[in-house]
Amino acid sequence: MKNIIKISIFIIIIFIVAVFFMGLNKDTNYNTNVLTGKKISNISLEYFDENKFYKEEDLKKNNYTLINFWAAWCAPCRKEHPLLMQLSKEKNLKLLGVNFKDKKKQAEIFLNDLGNPYDFLTKDELGKSSVKFGIYGIPESILINKDLMILKKFVGPLSTEDYDSIVEIIN
Amino acid sequence: MKFKLLMIILLLNFSLANGEEKKVDQNTIHKNLRCLVCQGQSIADSNSDFAQTIKLVVKDLIKDGKTEREIYAFMADKYGDWIVFKPQVNKQNFILWFLPYLALVLGGVIIFFLFKRRRN
Amino acid sequence: MLSNFGNLLLFINIFLSLTIIYSALRCLKISSKFIPKTIYQISTLQSTLIIICFFTLIAGFIVSDFSLTTVYQNSHSLKPLFYKISGTWGNHEGSLLLWVIILTIFSFLFLIFTKNHPKEYRIFTLVIQNILILGFLFFILFNSNPFSAISPIPKEGLGLNPILQDPALAIHPPLLYLGFVGSSIYFSAAMASLITNYSQTTFAHSIKNWVLISWCFQTLGILVGSIWAYYELGWGGFWFWDPVENASLLPWFAMTALLHSLIVFEKRGLFYFWVITLCLLTFILSVTGTFLVRSGILNSVHTFASDPTRGIYILLFLTLMIFSSIFLLFKKYKKENYDLNPNSKETFILVNNWFMMFYLITVLLGTIYPIFTDVLTGNKISIGPPFYNVVIIPVVVIFLLIMAIGPKVKWIKEKFNNLKNYLLILLGSILINFLIILLFKSYSILSNLIIISSLFLIISSLIDAFKSFKKNKTNFARIISHASFGLLVMFIGLNDIFSVEKDYNIKLGETKNFDNYSIELQNLEIEKFSNYKAVIGSLEIKNNKTNKKNILKPEIRIYENPQTLTYEAAIKTSFLKDYYLTMSNIDRSDYYNIKFQKKPLMIWIWISVIMIALGGFLRLFQNEKYN
Repeated sequence: MKNIIKISIFIIIIFIVAVFFMGLNKDTNYNTNVLTGKKISNISLEYFDENKFYKEEDLKKNNYTLINFWAAWCAPCRKEHPLLMQLSKEKNLKLLGVNFKDKKKQAEIFLNDLGNPYDFLTKDELGKSSVKFGIYGIPESILINKDLMILKKFVGPLSTEDYDSIVEIIN
Repeated sequence: MKFKLLMIILLLNFSLANGEEKKVDQNTIHKNLRCLVCQGQSIADSNSDFAQTIKLVVKDLIKDGKTEREIYAFMADKYGDWIVFKPQVNKQNFILWFLPYLALVLGGVIIFFLFKRRRN
Repeated sequence: MLSNFGNLLLFINIFLSLTIIYSALRCLKISSKFIPKTIYQISTLQSTLIIICFFTLIAGFIVSDFSLTTVYQNSHSLKPLFYKISGTWGNHEGSLLLWVIILTIFSFLFLIFTKNHPKEYRIFTLVIQNILILGFLFFILFNSNPFSAISPIPKEGLGLNPILQDPALAIHPPLLYLGFVGSSIYFSAAMASLITNYSQTTFAHSIKNWVLISWCFQTLGILVGSIWAYYELGWGGFWFWDPVENASLLPWFAMTALLHSLIVFEKRGLFYFWVITLCLLTFILSVTGTFLVRSGILNSVHTFASDPTRGIYILLFLTLMIFSSIFLLFKKYKKENYDLNPNSKETFILVNNWFMMFYLITVLLGTIYPIFTDVLTGNKISIGPPFYNVVIIPVVVIFLLIMAIGPKVKWIKEKFNNLKNYLLILLGSILINFLIILLFKSYSILSNLIIISSLFLIISSLIDAFKSFKKNKTNFARIISHASFGLLVMFIGLNDIFSVEKDYNIKLGETKNFDNYSIELQNLEIEKFSNYKAVIGSLEIKNNKTNKKNILKPEIRIYENPQTLTYEAAIKTSFLKDYYLTMSNIDRSDYYNIKFQKKPLMIWIWISVIMIALGGFLRLFQNEKYN
């Protein structure tokens, strides 16, 4: 009996130390890009220029949609913009832009300067709608398919690797 | 006689207890949500942009009549379990919720056996 | 030059530790009962040199010698002198030096104060303590050296975080280290006791005061940390169940359990192996806490900058400590024969330990569980106040009742014929609680239970004090600590029940109204100080019932070195309540976000904790008097 206790305590401690050791190599910065596989629902984004709303039914018309959250005041958004311009050329992909907590004039200037890659442009002035997508810092992008399932989440500006992975998925 | 008096007072006291705790309190909810862009602060304590946005969303959800639990579930669905400070009671967290009480019971059992043993 | 001098002293101390271990083990072979003078001399030299070493580092901070990496990373020439000095231990490397000082000095003092105890026991304590010292000296020299130099010498330092420039935070580490680092001495003593089979009750005498000292300082250290959080961090709370806070609480639970078990062991010789286990557990928890805090494995408001190699070293050290303790414990364990009656003080002390272990396991689990879920499932979860409050508070209710009854129970056997008195006290507690509900407002069932049980403890203690006073007995230490614990829980409970918090977005000139209060943002000023710029808001809080007005001035501070933004809370403290106000700006808007809190009885929460520690100091004083 005593030996069983000894061995089990030994195993428990080794286990705890091993977990601690592995935990040391983990990144403590939280990232929501692992939250894939769910479906988005209850979408209602106000168009940038018109008084209409872009809804779920509209999203279902596209094979793939990349929803990109950006703002004129966000410096990394400028960095990823050329990649978005490239992606806008993809036939199987539609780009839905969400202008996040921005002023209309600045946003228009931004798009005039750098180009407008978006097939559809919407705005979220208070940032409330973006919460439904799990956005916590821009730029962020979400790749969804026809069934509105989240295939990939990109937190931060898109990198060339991200670009490649998107192209691979949609083709 | 004294015991009966105690019971009466006790009953009276607790009949008055539990006032209006049923209303959903936005402050409580803010305290139980984590600010994702801060180091270890809650939405209530944070002054960040993210925190302010979440506060607006929580306000809307309360207006829509959501309960506290539904609001936490909504946030956890969008941002992951990390955003809620109360760990869910599910299979993964079973040990977390269960072990302390197990330890309490175990401690009691050990003490009980200590008495039993000394009689031998 | 300071760098070389400091490093030299560290090397010499490593050499001295090795010498002590060698000489101490050598003198085991001598038949004399006395420890040779040379060992005392080496120990004295060791303590002296490490203190000089520490002062060398302080000197580096005072003169802003940026050739030392630590000074460069954590100080700035514009920093006020007081904070330059306290900056010495406000960083990872410097605080490790503080660790070593306390390990060394406690080793020396233990040697001096245990002259009446068996030589072998004292020798082994010295040896093991020095092994711990060596462990930390190696860690310092090869991983986290405060004396490491950089070249070329930078012209200016990177500055200390402005949030850390606070008097409470300056004394927080020294107080805490006297607590949990000090527990190292009874860890070593416990190992020595096992090795030399020193299991008589006199063993309790040798460590009793050390346990008390470390407990008192740990209590004060935790208090000061909470006070700092309240005044500096701007959220109006003082305890967040943050991993770093929990790391200081875990050893405290073990120390409290040990404190009580020692009483039983000393009086009746029971539970020797449990006492040993607690001695070992306390320091193991201290090092575990250090690991959790400094390795960067957990996400917290208080984390030091992290470096995984630190974590690996500390984890290794911790693992060695745990395995050697368990190995020794198993090797030496013998079944005890004892006579234990359920109706006895011994039982109630066992119950105290039982509850302490419950609190310990809960807090430990809550702190490290996220690591397990992250590593094993990749899922990150958060465990915060909702978990701890739900699990712990109901148990505290019962704990308070037991605390009231336990100390009055006799040793060995109690007849329990004064049950009626307890029922009366319970009645009184319920009545007072009832009165509070009638006069103010009603609250949750759990809050009711907390108020009633804490009142029960307080009233019982007061009656106890009165009776003792009449009989001219002076066991006030225990009464003060227990009553103050009751007061602490009661004040925290009342503060929680009656706190009011309001969050508003307000513009200059606007007034917000709620309950009986109006808040008006009357003025906004910008002021420039030596190392920061401040936006100061003047907000008038008016109580519309009493027409009393208070002006609170929260600040938004913009620091230059390093570039940081902090929010200074405006706090008005009085004996009845605190007004707490923070202000922050809203991006791209001329509205400001203000958080107003009315927090009743805050200052009494601090006073209660001071009194808890006071009871401990009183007991220490009494112990010394009767020596």
